[in-house]
Amino acid sequence: MSNQKFFPIIGLEVHAELKTKSKMFCSCPNDPFHAEKPNIFTCPVCLGLPGGLPVANQAAIEWTIKLGLALHCQINLCSKFDRKHYFYPDLPKGYQISQYDLPFCHDGYIDTSEGRVRIRRIHLEEDTAKLVHKEVNGIKVSLIDFNRSSVPLVEVVTEPDIQTGTQAKEYAKKLRQTLRFLNIADCDMEQGGMRLEANISLSPKPYNPEQSDFVLPNYKVEVKNINSFRFMEQAVNYELERQAVILNASETPVQETRGWDSVNNKTFSQRTKEDAADYRYFPDPDLPPFQFSVAQIETWRAELPELPEQLLQRWLAEFELAENLGAGFTETPHQAQWWETVMVAAKTAQFDVTKLAKAVINKKISTQPGADPKDICAKFQALATVDEVSDSELETAIATVLTANTDAVTKYRSGKTQIIGFLIGQVTRTLGKKIDPQVIQAALVETLK
Amino acid sequence: MSVTNTLTLKQALTALATKTVTLEQIYTDTEAAIQAKNSQLNIFLTLNDQAKKTALQQSETSLLKGLPIAVKDNFCTLGLKTTASAKVLENFIPPFESTVTQKLQQAGGVIIGKTNMDAWAHGSSTETSDFGPTLNPRNPAHLPGGSSGGSAAAVAADLCLGAIGSETAGSIRQPAAWCGVVGLKPTYGRVSRYGVVSMASSTDSPGPIAKTVEDACILLNTIAGPDERDSTTLKTPTPDFTSFLNQSLEELKIGVIYHDLPGLEETNAKLLKELEVFKTLGATVELAEALDPKLAIGVYTVVQRAEVSSNLARYDGIRYGASRATFGAEAKRRIMLGTYTLSKGYSEKYYELAQKIRTLFLEDFQRLFAKYDVLISPTSPDFAKKVGVTEGQAMFGELEDMLMEASSVSGLPGISVPYYRDPTTNLYLGMNIMAPMWREDLVIKTADAFEKNTHWNNWRKPQ
Repeated sequence: MSNQKFFPIIGLEVHAELKTKSKMFCSCPNDPFHAEKPNIFTCPVCLGLPGGLPVANQAAIEWTIKLGLALHCQINLCSKFDRKHYFYPDLPKGYQISQYDLPFCHDGYIDTSEGRVRIRRIHLEEDTAKLVHKEVNGIKVSLIDFNRSSVPLVEVVTEPDIQTGTQAKEYAKKLRQTLRFLNIADCDMEQGGMRLEANISLSPKPYNPEQSDFVLPNYKVEVKNINSFRFMEQAVNYELERQAVILNASETPVQETRGWDSVNNKTFSQRTKEDAADYRYFPDPDLPPFQFSVAQIETWRAELPELPEQLLQRWLAEFELAENLGAGFTETPHQAQWWETVMVAAKTAQFDVTKLAKAVINKKISTQPGADPKDICAKFQALATVDEVSDSELETAIATVLTANTDAVTKYRSGKTQIIGFLIGQVTRTLGKKIDPQVIQAALVETLK
Repeated sequence: MSVTNTLTLKQALTALATKTVTLEQIYTDTEAAIQAKNSQLNIFLTLNDQAKKTALQQSETSLLKGLPIAVKDNFCTLGLKTTASAKVLENFIPPFESTVTQKLQQAGGVIIGKTNMDAWAHGSSTETSDFGPTLNPRNPAHLPGGSSGGSAAAVAADLCLGAIGSETAGSIRQPAAWCGVVGLKPTYGRVSRYGVVSMASSTDSPGPIAKTVEDACILLNTIAGPDERDSTTLKTPTPDFTSFLNQSLEELKIGVIYHDLPGLEETNAKLLKELEVFKTLGATVELAEALDPKLAIGVYTVVQRAEVSSNLARYDGIRYGASRATFGAEAKRRIMLGTYTLSKGYSEKYYELAQKIRTLFLEDFQRLFAKYDVLISPTSPDFAKKVGVTEGQAMFGELEDMLMEASSVSGLPGISVPYYRDPTTNLYLGMNIMAPMWREDLVIKTADAFEKNTHWNNWRKPQ
């Protein structure tokens, strides 16, 4: 068995439900996760009844194009919807309205710390209904909930530029961050508001997009329905190892769709996919094609809110806060807004914003997004008046105290958590320094977990 | 008046306004006529037993004053069975109303019943209905044409005062021609398709079938107009179509197309003779050359089958209580052909090529309309065919509708009016008058002048 080095070739397909008021092609409310019961947000159009006709949701189209602009995409001035045909009980028309050869956006990118990930296309489509498998009166049945049928769904497809599980995770997180800053999607992963799929293969040579005759591997494995960033990173890493073992045995991994088993931490085969399915795409004759003007696109570009990249640059300019530090405060627009009020307060009080940021990031100051900036400033000031302690110094002190006080540890673990006050006092004494008790408490709780 | 069901829609409206007849009388006569003829002719699949009651509640000031209108069975009607003459939908009672029937009823029209058609509107005979053929009221040994054959027959047999049909390529005009009535196919996008069981979405056009051109205009007034539920409707105001009646034809330029097609010698000879009347009305009549209509058969067949295969995909056996085996032979053929032409590797060869040729037809009509105001040809190659003729003829409809397919794939408006009646068989020929998109005014004024200056319309006394 050889042990050749392989180079990962990974592409991601991410689906996100847009949070428009109404559905993609009808006026039913778009709120499947808060519906009181199944099949209350339905009409002849999203039920696919005879004679139901789609009418495109203009807001969803505008949002998709704005997402494209935020991700540095080119916009197709002429675009259209196509029918994608396949048979499944959750697809009431026998086809999904999607986009084929003229997606609204193409050729964009997201920069990650491990390199640029090019975006091949962003298109808009309708979500399917939801199948619920249940036992009713002792009989196994599959029920269909059409509340989700025809909810607007954007699909963002990358080029195979991703090389590691961590890069895949960073890319997906940045995409979610952009969707949230644009305020167009909630991206609730658990509910399925954002869904991740990774296409993974290994190549004997590193992928070079500049090289036009680069031959991609003759197989690819698609891992579908991943509902957390952590699972995706794990699934990618698992697949890379699994495929390397197969390739080292001079075999080719099977081209297939796999799922992620989060209990046993491994991927498992779902179905083999030898050829590309034939979806018989053709332009939907119920929806006239779109023609956008350059002026329209530029108006939308001008309407874009401040996005994370721009925000970090502004913070650097206004608060001299390094981008890598600022990034920790931009997961959601809500968090970013809060952090900005903290920085304004700190600047007014003539504090060093970078030191404050580090204190918060390193949990020297315990706080929550939304906390009163004045409190944070007060804690920061208090911190400045107490002695500094290094992480290792603190760890050593805690270890000493816990070894010497096994009784207290046992009591704490059995639920008598108030004993922590005693332990904090012991640690302070061992260190012989004046330290913020909250910092010690946080470290203790962490160690005792 | 003894048989008020034989009035034209206009005459009935006038008689109601002047109180020379009552609505009750019209319903009594109409229901008696249905009672007498429907079981033989198989025109209505479903009768609205609430029709009279609903009619008597209509306002006297409404446009249609409660008069009985027949509606093709592919328009979804709230609470009234809608089958598209297909076994798959045998028990489908829509929970919603199509835009056309909603507008019709808002204008005071009452649906007297739902009319037979070729199943899924696939055909030109009404013989391929899953519920048996409709017979031609003019001569029951013959077919009424189709797919809106039931609606055309209902008008010809005076079982209603007007009817609604739908056309994809000839489905209003061809049965109108075969039944000796008027069929108006509006511009694609003039009338909403919302709630019409989809056949070929890019050409489906609902429209009126009526006793006279004027009646057709009155009906079109009630159903035309933009609809926010159909993205393909025109978003500009709709004209009053009756305002195009009684207009001068002075300086109107008429081009006659398909005048030298083999097999059409008799129909064309009779047509050319009738067209002489236009010259006396100040119009010019010239022979013109159009693209070979046989090309249109190919284009239409490929595009239509592709859209059919997609539109019928929803009847997947999970809903509507009927398995896929319930599809009739014609629907199965169309689904298979459409699926094939859209398949990978073939769509370029068929579907995309067909769309390119479609563009050639659009250009050809542009060229012709630069020279002529309207184009005229026979509606159908021949008189109504005999019952049983479609047996084993998969391309029957396409050959029947050959003369209308080019204009249909181009979205043009057209009207069929009777121009000849055979005294032996009592069967009619119809002429098809076409104009550029959105120019219903031209087809209406031409057809209206022809009708009023000839004696072929049996509801009009010769003037």
